[in-house]
Amino acid sequence: MKIHIKNGRLIDPSGGIDAQADLFIAAGRIAAVGAAPDGFAANRVIDATGRVVCPGLVDLAARLREPGFEYKATLESEMAAAAAGGVTSLACPPDTDPPLDEPGLVEMLKHRARHPGFAHVYPVGALTLGLAGERLTEMAELHEAGCIAFGQAHAPVVDTLVLMRAMQYAATFDFPVWLQAQDPFLGRDGVAHDGEVATRLGLPGIPVSAETIALSTLLQLARDTGVRIHITRISSAAALEMIVAARASGIAATCDISINHLHLSDADIGYFNPHARFAPPLRDRRDCDALRRGLAGGAINALCSDHAPVDDDAKQAPFGEAAPGASGLELLLPLTLKWAGEMKLPLGQALARITSDAARVLGLAAGTLAVGAVADVCIFDLRGSFRVTRESLRSQGKNTPFLGRELPGRVCCTLIEGHVAFENEVSEKTHARLRG
Amino acid sequence: MRNPQLNRNGGLQHLLTIDGLPPEILTAILDTAAPFTEVAEREVKKLPLLRGKSVFNLFFESSTRTRTTFEIAAKRLSADVINLNISTSSTSKGETLLDTVDNLSAMQADMFVVRHASSGAPFLIAQHLAAMGLEHIHVINAGDGRHAHPTQGLLDMYTIRHYKQSFANLVVAIVGDVLHSRVARSQIHALIALGVPEVRVIGPKTLIPTDVDKLGVRVFHDMRAGLRDVDVVMMLRLQNERMQGALLPSPQEFFKYYGLTADKLECARPDAIVMHPGPMNRGVEIDSAVADGPHAVILPQVTFGIAVRMAVMSMLAGG
Repeated sequence: MKIHIKNGRLIDPSGGIDAQADLFIAAGRIAAVGAAPDGFAANRVIDATGRVVCPGLVDLAARLREPGFEYKATLESEMAAAAAGGVTSLACPPDTDPPLDEPGLVEMLKHRARHPGFAHVYPVGALTLGLAGERLTEMAELHEAGCIAFGQAHAPVVDTLVLMRAMQYAATFDFPVWLQAQDPFLGRDGVAHDGEVATRLGLPGIPVSAETIALSTLLQLARDTGVRIHITRISSAAALEMIVAARASGIAATCDISINHLHLSDADIGYFNPHARFAPPLRDRRDCDALRRGLAGGAINALCSDHAPVDDDAKQAPFGEAAPGASGLELLLPLTLKWAGEMKLPLGQALARITSDAARVLGLAAGTLAVGAVADVCIFDLRGSFRVTRESLRSQGKNTPFLGRELPGRVCCTLIEGHVAFENEVSEKTHARLRG
Repeated sequence: MRNPQLNRNGGLQHLLTIDGLPPEILTAILDTAAPFTEVAEREVKKLPLLRGKSVFNLFFESSTRTRTTFEIAAKRLSADVINLNISTSSTSKGETLLDTVDNLSAMQADMFVVRHASSGAPFLIAQHLAAMGLEHIHVINAGDGRHAHPTQGLLDMYTIRHYKQSFANLVVAIVGDVLHSRVARSQIHALIALGVPEVRVIGPKTLIPTDVDKLGVRVFHDMRAGLRDVDVVMMLRLQNERMQGALLPSPQEFFKYYGLTADKLECARPDAIVMHPGPMNRGVEIDSAVADGPHAVILPQVTFGIAVRMAVMSMLAGG
């Protein structure tokens, strides 16, 4: 299958390219950029006039809910959501049921995900058995089965000796650890950021120190063990400052934030909106502003969807009883574009956080349109906007705080390894009409 | 976002919290309550305002006093009252909160009086009723988690107005476990909305919520300083379970530093009134000499509570 994507605005942050250029794909890889290779005869020509052609998105956290939570979502439903969102590579956290703590489970997940039109799935293995924070998993075996890193999702490792040994063991094989910073005690009963909003609404609070104290532990142990550490889903300005300071002292920590924390603060809880319940919690406006600047400047390495499909029953409960999390795969690109527009960032700089920069955290040669790279491509329309509705979401999880919002950036077409994984028929028709 | 407890005309659709309610509505409730206090003095203590209406007391958390006063208020308005203690029935069978609401709505309920251990539960019910097109059903929050207990806040305002006539020049202190108190939050919003110039909260730092000053109150940790020249002392109940979880060392130490004694009350104005939402822990947050003393207006609070609840119910569902 040879594909010629013509007349698009090609943005490839990894190569610093933002120009009108054609893209040529053969045998599942990028064959050429600009001029066609000698004797290239396309099986299919995709007209990208007026559209942006960029690398397929790399999402550092998308829960597929398999195994164990098939009532919330299935691989099929979430892979359709990924393709519709332009996401072609994703890392999935280990908090499945059972957790991804033994090689057989990881092999099964990789096997199920190996399907044309499905995004590349990179499991994050459990750092400890059952995520219980007591015994180490067989990390080397899990790595051979396909795990690209080891983490705990939302589960803490309470025992710092276990944490240090897990880091030492991971460092032995140079496996990265991906950990969230939340002290299990300070955040124990909390459901919202400890501040004016939580006080007014009578919601038990989670102080910022729950994040910074745990972060301090993680950073110090990372320094002592030499493990490569990635801090997932930071939520506060104070945490970001600590990571920046740690880097200056030689600890090569990376970090990411979610699309929810990029756009929302605790004020969005409004009258107990359960869609605004997250772990870590939405912090206040100043924290949100600091995260937005940190992502723009690159101090925060990547933006992820933190996709967590939740069934309606689990969300239709009083705020503190509602399950945290929201669907996000299909909103990663639109919310990146919204942020880029509001911050007046060059498109290439913004897209880097969900393509090449995210791929660097993953340690993969993804998120690029360089010649020879796997042909994972996202084509989207910058013009116009669309309304987020339950019907518009392909994910089985229909819960997001962005329901009803108008967002920019409709994905027109997604290619995974040179195969068309998604095409937006509506927009194809509109496009044909626009061309006359 | 429209305040979900107001209807399109700005009138009261539900009573969920005092936060955000215009002072005119608060005053209207107090004014409506005034004549209802006389109903209790009559031989026949009934008015026909809610005749034929069904009031469901939905108590997901146990309560005797509040449920009883709502029941009396509804019965004095001639409503049919159905009491449901749900903590011991449906939810233990796996029914969700909204399932329960749907079932009771199908039984032609006109009003839900809701108590729930989770902050915001009555909002969820009100939003669900709106989504189902059941706008004729009204919701009264009878206490949700740490969030609000608006009828308690209103009956406290009624009591203050009864004894002090005006809110304009008062200094009011709220003492004790503000952190866990839905009563305190409703009191604070009501006092500020009605124009009390100085509202204080007094307690140890473990029982004062973060950023509470942003609600418009002054924070004191020294009870004597906090009580200086106050007109109204509003004591809060200290739950026994607060002795766990490292919030306080002992009831004795709490009483010594934050319990209201005659001695500490001398810091307040000579005509100060002492209030308590009940049930009282004598010897923990309040000394019996004060609770039974000349400054206490704790029993009148209970009486006024029925009139205030009648006022709220009749304004929501009457006529």
